[in-house]
Amino acid sequence: MIRFITRRGLLALFILFLAVSLLFAMIHMMPGDPANVLLGPKASPELKAELKQRMGLDQPLLVQLGRFYNDLAHGDLGIDVFSDRQVSEIVFEQLPYTLALVLAAIGGATLLGIPLGCFSALRRNSLLDRLTAIMSVAFIAIPSFVVALYLLLWLAVKWRWFPAMGAGESGNIADQAHHLVLPAVALGLGWVGYIARLVRASMLEVMEENHIRTARAFGLPERTIIVHYALRIAVLPTVTILGLGIGTMLSGALFAEIVFSRPGIGKLLHEAVLSRNYPVVMGSVLVTTTFFVLSTLVSDIINATLDPRLRERGKSS
Amino acid sequence: MDKPVLDIRDLSVSFLTERGLLRALRNVNIPIDPGRIVGIVGESGCGKSTLISAIIRLLAPNAQIDSGSILWRGDDLLDLEPDAIRALRGDEISMVFQDPMTSLNPVLTIGRQMTDVQHRDNRSKAEKRARATRMLERVGIPDPVEQLDRYPHHLSGGMRQRVAIAMALMTEPGLLIADEPTTALDATLEVQIIHRLQQLQRDFGCAILFISHHLGVIAELCDEVVVMYAGEVVESGSTRDVFLNPRHPYTQKLLDCDPARIKKATRNLPVIGGSLPDLVELPDGCVFRPRCDISIDRCRSERPGLEGSNHCIACHLARQ
Amino acid sequence: MTNRAGFVRETFTALRKDSLGMTGLVIVVTILLLTLFASILSPYDPLEVDVYNRLVGPSWQHWLGTDQLGRDVLSRVLYGGRVALKVSLVAISVSMAAGLLLGMMAGFGPKWLDRVLVICFDTLRSFPTIMFALSIVALTGPSLNTVIGIIIITSIPVYGRIVRTQTQAMRDNDFILAERAMGASTAHILRHHVLPNIAAPLLILASMDVPAVVGMEAGLSFLGLGVSAPTPSWGSILNDGYSYLRNSPWPIIAGGIPLILVTLGFTFFGESLRDILDPKLRGKGGKF
Repeated sequence: MIRFITRRGLLALFILFLAVSLLFAMIHMMPGDPANVLLGPKASPELKAELKQRMGLDQPLLVQLGRFYNDLAHGDLGIDVFSDRQVSEIVFEQLPYTLALVLAAIGGATLLGIPLGCFSALRRNSLLDRLTAIMSVAFIAIPSFVVALYLLLWLAVKWRWFPAMGAGESGNIADQAHHLVLPAVALGLGWVGYIARLVRASMLEVMEENHIRTARAFGLPERTIIVHYALRIAVLPTVTILGLGIGTMLSGALFAEIVFSRPGIGKLLHEAVLSRNYPVVMGSVLVTTTFFVLSTLVSDIINATLDPRLRERGKSS
Repeated sequence: MDKPVLDIRDLSVSFLTERGLLRALRNVNIPIDPGRIVGIVGESGCGKSTLISAIIRLLAPNAQIDSGSILWRGDDLLDLEPDAIRALRGDEISMVFQDPMTSLNPVLTIGRQMTDVQHRDNRSKAEKRARATRMLERVGIPDPVEQLDRYPHHLSGGMRQRVAIAMALMTEPGLLIADEPTTALDATLEVQIIHRLQQLQRDFGCAILFISHHLGVIAELCDEVVVMYAGEVVESGSTRDVFLNPRHPYTQKLLDCDPARIKKATRNLPVIGGSLPDLVELPDGCVFRPRCDISIDRCRSERPGLEGSNHCIACHLARQ
Repeated sequence: MTNRAGFVRETFTALRKDSLGMTGLVIVVTILLLTLFASILSPYDPLEVDVYNRLVGPSWQHWLGTDQLGRDVLSRVLYGGRVALKVSLVAISVSMAAGLLLGMMAGFGPKWLDRVLVICFDTLRSFPTIMFALSIVALTGPSLNTVIGIIIITSIPVYGRIVRTQTQAMRDNDFILAERAMGASTAHILRHHVLPNIAAPLLILASMDVPAVVGMEAGLSFLGLGVSAPTPSWGSILNDGYSYLRNSPWPIIAGGIPLILVTLGFTFFGESLRDILDPKLRGKGGKF
């Protein structure tokens, strides 16, 4: 098990390193001088040179990369030239909002998707099953920002059931939860169907397996068989997907955050991109990518823990 | 003689298929007396699995019961409500399945599965575990306490099958149905399991319905033998009678083909010529006639019934 | 190899029995026609400004109302389809071609090349697509060509991986080994055995990829990072509508519907195609 984690972790670290270096190289090799952008074309050369020096842009690329990793190791993501604050401080200030949104979305999607998939499998070809099948395909395909816009249009602006903007009053949990509903629905809707499909497929497979026949032959209550004997196996693929889901949602949250004017990493990044604030772009992409890579890593490990067969394989290889 | 614990009478089962009605079992009669070991022999496709599924009422949804009854201590299992039949399963009637690699749940520990089997008892978890430990000991598993916390994939096939037997005997059933329990195991393990089963049967006094296509195992273990062919019982009787004095031509051929019985050195193992009849479009008359060497005109038109008191044969020529 | 015309006819016959897939096809074809004939069908010039009729609702003059500059939304939606069509056509064909080449190289080439390519694919995939897109746009500034480039780069690993898997499966096939033993060249094997076998999964993947590509273009344009100002795109229509949401809901409603229809149409069609052509892949499609 430990070997499995180490191997998988090292691979994740390596990929992360490559991705970050790539991003860094791109940012620094592209045309468009940040100093120019920041200070406008009419700024004096002295002012530009001073700013470049402050941002370390006058050094050779490799030196910059080295300095960047050195800073990174110390938790330093650079300084935001606009507000003169630490980028890491800005990013981690926004992160909780995005995390809350993502967790609400994935949690809701799982709580709805697993029973939906389970019922679909048990009542195969029933109306519910067919409806779930069509709906899940539909909501996987429709872009989440379109869903977000329509939710905003009807449920927030027209009917005023939910607030249209912001994350709610700080400290007021009920208000914050109220603000969380629509963005979380927009973000998680596609995943409800996706999880339901996944659970349905693996549930159908599991129910055909011999050990289920054994459990039936021992007269175990059908509930026990479904929940403890079948579903436990049938949710395994879902758990693998959940990690990926959290990673994908961290970036997908961007649309929900923008549509509902909600603070968060996505909104931060969008604003930074529009104002060409490179350190903030770099910082927020770095943090999300790290989360993305970590979440796939964690889901692989959880999967190995839940499925003893897989765990064994990891050990022996 | 006691009344049979399980009495299968005139049972016919068929499956609705795309090609038509597949008549998997036809007028099957098998009585099982308390404490006896009854073996069922036959090639694959002879209806053994359908028979078991019918007894524990786990038939596929496209199956239908055309006639007959399955009497359990006098009550017809086919009339019971699903809840009542579920109450019997794993309590009065237990099963051991063929493939030990897949018949245990892969993600639950042995202990969990063995305590779950005792779901009808109101004992504490610790007591259930203790019972499970004792049971594992009795089927010959070393370090039973440790095994409880292990998963099926940690155990070898033979060990898993012992676990399966322990689970099946946990509730001290009146009847144990063993569906080819040793087929997936190698020969030495097979012998061990058979001897263990014999000993356990003596201890528990339950009846065993033992299904196998391995004649040697049947001869070693069973008191009575039922020979099935293409969904019908063709011969039944005490193991001694059937093996020493086989009277149905199919049984005779089956015994001739058993590698353990071939005395002359030969290059080619004998086989029964021809193949199983199509169960959707059954031939008229005797079902074995197309493969039979000694058939007469009557076999073509009239289906022989199972006749005899102790040693029963379904063949027109057997009486001559 | 099977007769191509017969193969197409068989597929179509099977498709006609699947009502959902057929619905998808009808939607796709309808939208394609509407887009192709946008210049004939559009009642107005999509860029024509009419300050006296700003943000009006649907009427006989403007079926879908007008936007904040008084431009006819219906015309803009019809022309907006052209952007979506152009992006998906260019992006999917280029990334498929590149994925095919790289995937075959990984599958048939030396082992070190396979390793390098797989690591490259995994690295690219470790970026969340939208983050990758935003950081590139941050550098280059918004433009449709950038959007196409981003979609191509992020799609290549998807195509590359499936081609690699299929190629490897084919490579180890007995009859391929036999042909090799008889002196068949790699190029011959690739063209006559691997390519025909990869065609079906690639076709399925491509039709399932259209919703993602169209969604990505619309999403970036919605964020103001795609097409530049006056050009209509479904995303930019939504972006304009979003700013004036409280004045008129029509631009948003009108801009969202074609997006929903296109994504649904292609998904239903793609799913149906997959079930017909490659039942083994059933249940494997989805979010990625």
